[in-house]
Amino acid sequence: MPIAPADHEDVRARDPAGSAPVAAVRLEGLVKRYGDVTAVERIDLEIREGEFFSMLGPSGSGKTTTLRMIAGFEAPTEGRVLLHGQDVTGRAPFERDVNTVFQDYALFPHMTVGENVGYGLLVRKVPKDDRQRRVADALRMVRLEGYERRKPGQLSGGQRQRVALARALVNRPRVLLLDEPLGALDLKLREEMQIELHQIQHQVGITFVYVTHDQDEALTMSDRIAVFNQGRIEQVGAPAEVYERPATRFVAGFVGTSNLLTGSAAEAVVGRAGMFTVRPEKIRLEDPGSTAADDEYAADGTIASVVYLGSDTRYHVALAAGGELVVTQQNLTTSSTEALEQQGRAVRLVWKRQHTREVAEA
Amino acid sequence: MARRVVGIATIVVLLFLYLPILVIALYAFNADRGQSWPITEWTTRWFGDALANEGVRDAFVLSLEAAVGATALALLLGSLAAFAVHRFRFFGRETISFVLLLPLALPGIVTGMALNATFNTIGLKFSLFTIIVGHATFCVVVVYNNVVARLRRSSHSIEEASMDLGADTWQTFRYVTFPVVRTALLAGALLAFALSFDEVIVTTFTAGTDQTLPIWILTNLRLPNQRPIVNVVAVLVILLSAIPVWLSQRLASEGGTPTRH
Repeated sequence: MPIAPADHEDVRARDPAGSAPVAAVRLEGLVKRYGDVTAVERIDLEIREGEFFSMLGPSGSGKTTTLRMIAGFEAPTEGRVLLHGQDVTGRAPFERDVNTVFQDYALFPHMTVGENVGYGLLVRKVPKDDRQRRVADALRMVRLEGYERRKPGQLSGGQRQRVALARALVNRPRVLLLDEPLGALDLKLREEMQIELHQIQHQVGITFVYVTHDQDEALTMSDRIAVFNQGRIEQVGAPAEVYERPATRFVAGFVGTSNLLTGSAAEAVVGRAGMFTVRPEKIRLEDPGSTAADDEYAADGTIASVVYLGSDTRYHVALAAGGELVVTQQNLTTSSTEALEQQGRAVRLVWKRQHTREVAEA
Repeated sequence: MARRVVGIATIVVLLFLYLPILVIALYAFNADRGQSWPITEWTTRWFGDALANEGVRDAFVLSLEAAVGATALALLLGSLAAFAVHRFRFFGRETISFVLLLPLALPGIVTGMALNATFNTIGLKFSLFTIIVGHATFCVVVVYNNVVARLRRSSHSIEEASMDLGADTWQTFRYVTFPVVRTALLAGALLAFALSFDEVIVTTFTAGTDQTLPIWILTNLRLPNQRPIVNVVAVLVILLSAIPVWLSQRLASEGGTPTRH
């Protein structure tokens, strides 16, 4: 099948008018049901050419199923998948110009690292010289030069991860799908790989579609994020947008700490009924009775518990009007003992009105 | 103290299992025709006699043909069943292992009777073919078990990864699926071969007048004249059963190291 290796720029699809570039991935009314269970419920989404796009959500939210439908491992029950404007809904995985990095890496255990990485080139009949050169290039990109002859069984988790990445990138796909690729790594390695993945994406300029349940990962790496919940997308936006202006209660709770004002607390603080959210680091702890400015909200309460986190301290404050708000403060001058002594203290919470977001139920 | 008791018990059990076999092997080198102990004079002439014996040669060839045939049939059916169970969800999937295992567990005499009656009913003449079918009934499961175990141990997504990287169904089988199960197939085949090669009971019901090597032993055991040759043949049967089993165990444990930690 035709795989144009080097010159992506020339074949980049344009819409008929020739103005705006066509989306790298476009999902139209995508539905996936397994018997009575609905895994994905009507998803419409556009992923732009060259962007680092994350699909964030808890397990069972439909993000992996959506990814698998883009890759071609699952056929949608309804809807269409378009890659660069082409309908690929009915095509097999090997007929789509996308490659996947699997959660369990899925390296071929009987092949060496070099054979693993060169596999996509081998089955597409790329000449041997060209193949060897590209395998070496790909391994250099993931900093594994000289590992060609090892077997996957002889590598560490992080190294296997890199091989899986090289194996996908060597084919120069137009879209790279990553299914929780860092899930099996320990924290330190994960943070290193996050930075590295981001760099590689910039270097190769391929569209990355990244599935994760880790909000920090999504926030640090992505150009845009889609937050999945129960087979639907609750919000699509840039990390700052999703974090600072969550559209729904679910997004507010899943991306960051859930800090909700509802019912009587909403009426007492904001002045009207509804559901409001404010990020914990936006709130100041003041003494009771201190005055708030015109552009600020204030709420009285008592510190119910204190969690010392090293660089920060997290205070759980029970509000007089009902409910609870979490406040995080950097430990700029406070010591751990001072922070812990705050427990039981009456406080007034003050924050800017502009940092308060009204959210929908779903 | 406890360690020593366990150690001694282990030695006793091993002796109980293997001493009789060792004695048979020693008798094969006994110059005396009777099975007298201790052995006073050693010889290898019985090996020459056994090889020159036409009955032994015919039985050996028949056993080999039956074992190869049964193994081939078991490879085909066992691996097909294993792939089906691994890849698809269907009615009766959970019971397949049991259904396949049953012929191995059922008394050979029952399987033999049943096959004998069936062959008679449908008018099939007893021949090499009926022996192969009889042996395949219990050989299929050893191939199936080996392949299913290997497929379970290997990552589910490697076939998807292969397709994702551009390989079609045939390339995926050739480069990924088959190499991963190759040693499991070989291990299953060796085990099936060994099972078939020394089988007696089912064979007596499905062989008609032909003699496989174990059947030859059974019929010649009573003839004092043949005693030394019987011992030699017994050693041969032991080797041809034990070596494949040993190889099979090595293959089953070394091959297909999973990528997971």
